[in-house]
Amino acid sequence: MKLSINGTGHEIDAPEDMPLLWAIRDLVGLTGTKYGCGVQACGACSVLMDGEITRACGVTVADAIGTDITTIEGLTPDATLTNVQKAWIEAQVPQCGYCQSGQIMAATALLAEIPQPTDADIDAAMSNLCRCGTYPQIRAAIKRAAEMGA
Amino acid sequence: MSKLGKIARRTFLIGATTMAGGLAVGYYFYQRDPKNPIADRLSEGEATFNPFIKIAADNTITIYTGRAEMGQGVSTTLAAYVAEELDVSLEQITVAPGPNSSAYRNTAVIEEFTIKGAFAEGIIASAERSVMGIAAETMGVQVTGGSASARDGYEKMRAAGSVAREMLKLAAARRMGVSLNSLRTENGVVSAGDRSLTYGELAAEAAANTPPRAVTLRDPKDWRLLGKSQPRTDVPAKVTGQAVFGIDVALPDMVHATVRMSPRFGASVISYDDTAARAVPGVENVVRIDTGGVHGFGVIASNTWAAFKGAEAIEVEWAAATYPATHEAIDQSLRNELNESSGFAFRSEGDAAAILAEAGTADVVEAEYAVPFLAHACLEPMNATAHIKDGKLTLWAPTQVPGLAVLAASAATGINRDAIELHTTFLGGGFGRRTESDFVRYAAILALHTDGRPVKVTWSREEDTRHDTYRPAARARMKAVVQQGQLPTALHAKVAAPSVIQSLVGRSLMSPPVPTPDRSVVEGMFDQPIDLDHISVSGVHAGQTLPIGFWRSVGHSHNGFFHETFLDEIAHHAGLDPVEMRLRLMANHPTAQKCMEKVAKMSGWGRPLPAGQGMGVAFTFSYGSWVAQVAKVSVDDDGVRIDNIWCAADVGRAMDPAIVAAQMQSGIIFGLSSAMNQKITLVDGEVQEGNFWEFDSMRMAQCPRIEVAVLENAPKMGGAGEPGMPPSVPALGNAIFAATGQRLRSLPFGDEVTFV
Repeated sequence: MKLSINGTGHEIDAPEDMPLLWAIRDLVGLTGTKYGCGVQACGACSVLMDGEITRACGVTVADAIGTDITTIEGLTPDATLTNVQKAWIEAQVPQCGYCQSGQIMAATALLAEIPQPTDADIDAAMSNLCRCGTYPQIRAAIKRAAEMGA
Repeated sequence: MSKLGKIARRTFLIGATTMAGGLAVGYYFYQRDPKNPIADRLSEGEATFNPFIKIAADNTITIYTGRAEMGQGVSTTLAAYVAEELDVSLEQITVAPGPNSSAYRNTAVIEEFTIKGAFAEGIIASAERSVMGIAAETMGVQVTGGSASARDGYEKMRAAGSVAREMLKLAAARRMGVSLNSLRTENGVVSAGDRSLTYGELAAEAAANTPPRAVTLRDPKDWRLLGKSQPRTDVPAKVTGQAVFGIDVALPDMVHATVRMSPRFGASVISYDDTAARAVPGVENVVRIDTGGVHGFGVIASNTWAAFKGAEAIEVEWAAATYPATHEAIDQSLRNELNESSGFAFRSEGDAAAILAEAGTADVVEAEYAVPFLAHACLEPMNATAHIKDGKLTLWAPTQVPGLAVLAASAATGINRDAIELHTTFLGGGFGRRTESDFVRYAAILALHTDGRPVKVTWSREEDTRHDTYRPAARARMKAVVQQGQLPTALHAKVAAPSVIQSLVGRSLMSPPVPTPDRSVVEGMFDQPIDLDHISVSGVHAGQTLPIGFWRSVGHSHNGFFHETFLDEIAHHAGLDPVEMRLRLMANHPTAQKCMEKVAKMSGWGRPLPAGQGMGVAFTFSYGSWVAQVAKVSVDDDGVRIDNIWCAADVGRAMDPAIVAAQMQSGIIFGLSSAMNQKITLVDGEVQEGNFWEFDSMRMAQCPRIEVAVLENAPKMGGAGEPGMPPSVPALGNAIFAATGQRLRSLPFGDEVTFV
């Protein structure tokens, strides 16, 4: 079966019920998408499926076939950064950094839907867990990215 | 100073004397260091000056921190120590944790284990610190923890940069035929007039020079990097998904694995059937793991998911628990120990018992407090990768203790320590959990069963939560004599908690001098900067039940709650303002008073609040730092909302103010998370909580506004990673009391109130 990830087709050999997360990490070898819980509770594995924010541990590879999947590695086609990533650097968001791929994917999806999100919009959309507690910086970075026209 | 202390100072430590224009540091320390571990690991064209610096001919400059980056910023602050003196920018260097080596021993962390409070001075306190310092030196303990990295590196890493710079200048002077005085160093280049040479061009020749016997460190007023907030060196890789955590290690021909260990700690396997597990597509092998008192299985597969499914499919009958099988039973044993054991006295001034006995009932305030076991819940589950080839073992691990991890792997495989190489990756959270080596040991064992292929062993979230080394459950009984409008005249505190050190030593191969009694039982209770005429603090070593370990701020995590909630109760009973009362109790500690005054000002303490709102204050001294916090809550029919936290933190000298503030914020959110809903419960000897549904932490929508002021009044540098946590819990509880009149004496508060 074939998965389309970051604009590239990847032929994989996997049982149909394997979660997309493990296909991305172990079979395709893109490790920016993280495993945190396996039950859609933490958001560390957030990716975009046809532009929709999706927790990759809760989707099977069978469901993912025929969709366009974007991971943190595929946000831009080259080595440039998106405005969300630039805002993340400006606000010096990451501490341990483990949740940040998922946070950035969730923020990217939020800003695509609501270009100028309110605090309430951010609260509603950003449910990903950060054990280092970088939430205030994430909020600031999202607002900064909105200013930049993410 | 004792004779031992004198010898220690002369033999082991850097001799430092103040000179005009800076601090002169004897370089003897580095010259006598047994080995620079980088010397064995050089590629063509690379040169090393000491364990902290490598420079390649193409001017690639690598700074080794010797510490694990787990979000606390060592890859920026420690690199800045070297860069400040080496005259390079943080943008032009590569930062790496470096190999496992005693050259990176952490002396400051061991000093944390001394019995006296860190602000205690005088002969006994200094001697204790020296003795523990010697232990760290001789054991060569390389550990990232105890909020000690910035303190530990302060002199030695600046000296390392300074020494290398002088060696580079010597080579340049010779090459250019000019005097040393005519040379300037900047951004990795040595220049004289319009001539210049890069460090890379000079490195090979320079590294062969004899290091100077002493160097003069720059005066802080001349610092370019230190004392100022720097862009973190690890941030770019962490916003592009490129940062390699342990769980991301990928090697050619690698297989994947997981473990399923006994759900009852230490219980052995009575019988099992792995037929179904072996039938899972992708599963290659099921291996028994019986090591160091733990029992279970490893499942080796072609991918992690198959390994997880295989592990679930093993049918096992486990032996019964050898400890009280429920959390209620453990709590009852803590109650009994508080009642029955006299414990160790840790602080005794005046005669608190006599004053309490004489006092009228109306003047005695008494309260008992309790906290549950807690998991660390690092977002990156425990994992490690191991590869055995040609009798050598290579490990990749997100570890806070590479040396101990190598010891554990050696014991488990029989491979000599000299034949083991460990690569420390980024850590997806540490919080003390990664001072354990269980996850490394299992990976090493499974590598014996993969026919020479590397194996990455990833735990499931449930396995991680249920096989932690927990923050211990603990109880305290507090008594005070308090009269209306007066400061308390007597304070008695007794804490019952198991010893973390005893638990650690019991399961590891370390044999350090075990401090008895263990200060972790009472730290945060006996060592706080308050003075009363009559005060007594004692600690009871409760019996060992679950494995317990270092959890962000260790004993301070419970004693901060006990101590500061009780002070609030005293203030309420006396009719005193909680800030005003603390200021008076802190009369001998101006640094603490200044924190309290600052946080009162930041929060507008004392201003009238609408009904349903309340503010609570708390202060703790831990890891050398002085931290006051005020919490403000709003309570309505939906529950409690945490609106604001104000924090005034005095770290003596902030090497990177933004990183210090971020660590305080992180400690606050970690603490509030624990206070809201976290607890580990036990049924039939098994931890009930598995995934984040059952053991959750604060999320964005619950996060208060947090304001941190970093102060620098304290005479000594303190830590940053842990000291933000302890005051956050009592500040919240005291705020809830102020808003509702409901006094919450056990954690988590979520058992009694709802958080919005």
